Amino acid sequence: MLRYTVRRLLQLVLVVVALSLLLFAWLRSLPGGPVSALLGERATPALRAQLTAELGLDQPIFVQYFKFLGRALSGDFGVSTGVQPGDSAMEIFLQRFPATLELSVLAILIAVAVGIPLGYLAARRRGGVLDNLSVVGSLIGVAVPVFFLAFVLKQVFAVELGWFPTTGRQEGGLDATRVTGFFVLDGLITREWDAAWDAVKHLILPAIALSSIPFSVIFRITRASVLDVLDEDFVRTAESKGLTTPVIRRRHVLRNAMLPVVTTIGLQTGALLAGAVLTEKVFAFPGIGQALAIGFERRDYPVLLLLILCAAGVFVLVNLAVDLSYAVIDPRIRSGSGGGR
Amino acid sequence: MALLEVRDLKVEFRRRGEEPVRAVDGVSFDVQPGQTVGLVGESGCGKSVTALTIMGLLPKRGPHVSGSARFDATELLSLSDRQMRDRRGRDLGMVFQDPLSSLNPVVPIGLQVTEVLERHRGMSRRQATVEAADLLDKVGIPDPRRRLDEYPHQLSGGMRQRALIAIALACRPRLLIADEPTTALDVTIQAQILALLANLVRDTETALIMITHDLGVVAGLCDEVNVLYAGRVVERAKRHDLFAIPRHPYTHGLLSSIPRLDAPRGDRLSPITGSVADNIPWTTGCAFAPRCPNALDVCVEVTPEMTDDVGVPDNRSLRCHNPVERAKRDGEALV
Ligand SMILES: Nc1ncnc2c1ncn2[C@@H]1O[C@H](COP(=O)(O)OP(=O)(O)O)[C@@H](O)[C@H]1O
Ligand SMILES: [Mg+2]
Repeated sequence: MLRYTVRRLLQLVLVVVALSLLLFAWLRSLPGGPVSALLGERATPALRAQLTAELGLDQPIFVQYFKFLGRALSGDFGVSTGVQPGDSAMEIFLQRFPATLELSVLAILIAVAVGIPLGYLAARRRGGVLDNLSVVGSLIGVAVPVFFLAFVLKQVFAVELGWFPTTGRQEGGLDATRVTGFFVLDGLITREWDAAWDAVKHLILPAIALSSIPFSVIFRITRASVLDVLDEDFVRTAESKGLTTPVIRRRHVLRNAMLPVVTTIGLQTGALLAGAVLTEKVFAFPGIGQALAIGFERRDYPVLLLLILCAAGVFVLVNLAVDLSYAVIDPRIRSGSGGGR
Repeated sequence: MALLEVRDLKVEFRRRGEEPVRAVDGVSFDVQPGQTVGLVGESGCGKSVTALTIMGLLPKRGPHVSGSARFDATELLSLSDRQMRDRRGRDLGMVFQDPLSSLNPVVPIGLQVTEVLERHRGMSRRQATVEAADLLDKVGIPDPRRRLDEYPHQLSGGMRQRALIAIALACRPRLLIADEPTTALDVTIQAQILALLANLVRDTETALIMITHDLGVVAGLCDEVNVLYAGRVVERAKRHDLFAIPRHPYTHGLLSSIPRLDAPRGDRLSPITGSVADNIPWTTGCAFAPRCPNALDVCVEVTPEMTDDVGVPDNRSLRCHNPVERAKRDGEALV
């Protein structure tokens, strides 16, 4: 188990390094560039050349890459040219990562908390009203663009009804104390309850929008997986013992049905990042997604590179966690090939 | 009074857009306290559906059940889901065919035993664990304490079936139903499991319904045998009587298709010709008639009733217009 984890972590390093090379080359092949973005199209050639040299973009690409690698090893990923010009890429990451993490965790929690019970109930009452309604609902959830859903939620619940704030992470006037960068957590730690509640209110609409796809996928996988497990002989054995429904549900059905669902949750972290770009844009939510969107518009190479690498790293780590939790759920995997018949 | 009285039990599966399937077509039989009763018949004749109906384990939607199954004077078929749940595992236990798929792969063996003790015998987890080790020991699982923490994939097929027997008998039910409990096991293990079952039901005075397609299994175990064909009992007799003088041509065919060590050399096995697919419905005559070597014209015109067989001195019931005469088995040694 330990060896496996270590091997996977080494793989992670390789993936990140390889990805950095690809990204590095790909970003520089995009039309336009930070110089045009900063100076506009009408700047004098002399000015352009000067800025290009300042940013080190006049050097051959592999020289740039090795310089980048060298500095990256000491934690220096360069200075932002577009998102928050002048700030270091690392600073931007540290500021914005907690925001997106908070948002994503809430979105996944919503998706899991609604998707798994609903998937179980739909499977139990297959073909019933609840089943049909939620299957249709989940189809809509996948089909409606996140961007559109976010926009509608904002219009209805923030602009028209005024139940939630329209943008941002926190009301400016609150002047909350910062500890970890996770605003909800900060509010709880410092006992500034109104600040915590305000942060939650800012999160709810974007989190609902962001959860639509993971919810739909988790619901559908849970439903299919529970349907499979309900047909298993061991469920009939459990029934033959006269066990109560809650015990059968928890111990015998859900535990076995969770394996594919856990995988899905891992894979959904990738979709989450894509969704975050759009959701954060609609709600002007200052997270990684928003930074990526702005970074692309303004060709902010250092910020884009760091954020995408970190996103990839998180994705790999989450899926490692998924594989490890597999072993916790399924003893056949835990004992490896040593078990068997 | 009988412990279990099954009367005219019928189960029909109806699915939208499909022909209804009569899985059980008027089965009647009794089980006395402590008695071992066999239900024997080819695959598809309704043995498992009969067992699942008695246990209240049929799928919720689809099957239509009629008739009666009285357990200890309680009509099981009219109990609520909740009442049935209280009886299952406590009064009625069941062992299934495939021990690997019948155990939950992600739950330790111990918990799969203790959960039924906690449910019906009001034990704490700690008491139940002690009792579970004892139960595993009783069914012949070596080193039971260690086994409690193991998972089904770590046990051999025979050990798994022993564990399932321990689970089914954990709350000392008065009736155990074993549905082909040895079919999925190696031949050498089969005999051990049958011997174990025989010993356990004798020692605990548990009544047993032994379901099998294999008369050889019945031979060593059952007091009384019900032979099923196409969802009905066609012959019922004490085990020795049935093996000595099979009266129904179907029973006769089943017996002749068992390899016998004492058969004269060169004597061929004579399996029953045709298959269940040739059945005619019981309503238009004898379902076995198309495959029956003894069939007469009357057999496809009049449905035979289950009647006391006067052709033999023993106490037996038969559903046949033209039973096998004793002379037909000339030259064959009797069991
Ligand atoms: N859930 C079900 N739905 C529809 N038909 C079924 C179902 N279960 C059993 N049957 C049918 O009922 C008949 C008897 O099945 P079964 O009792 O399992 O036979 P066996 O004697 O081999 O145990 C078969 O024709 C089978 O196809
Ligand atoms: Mg069967």
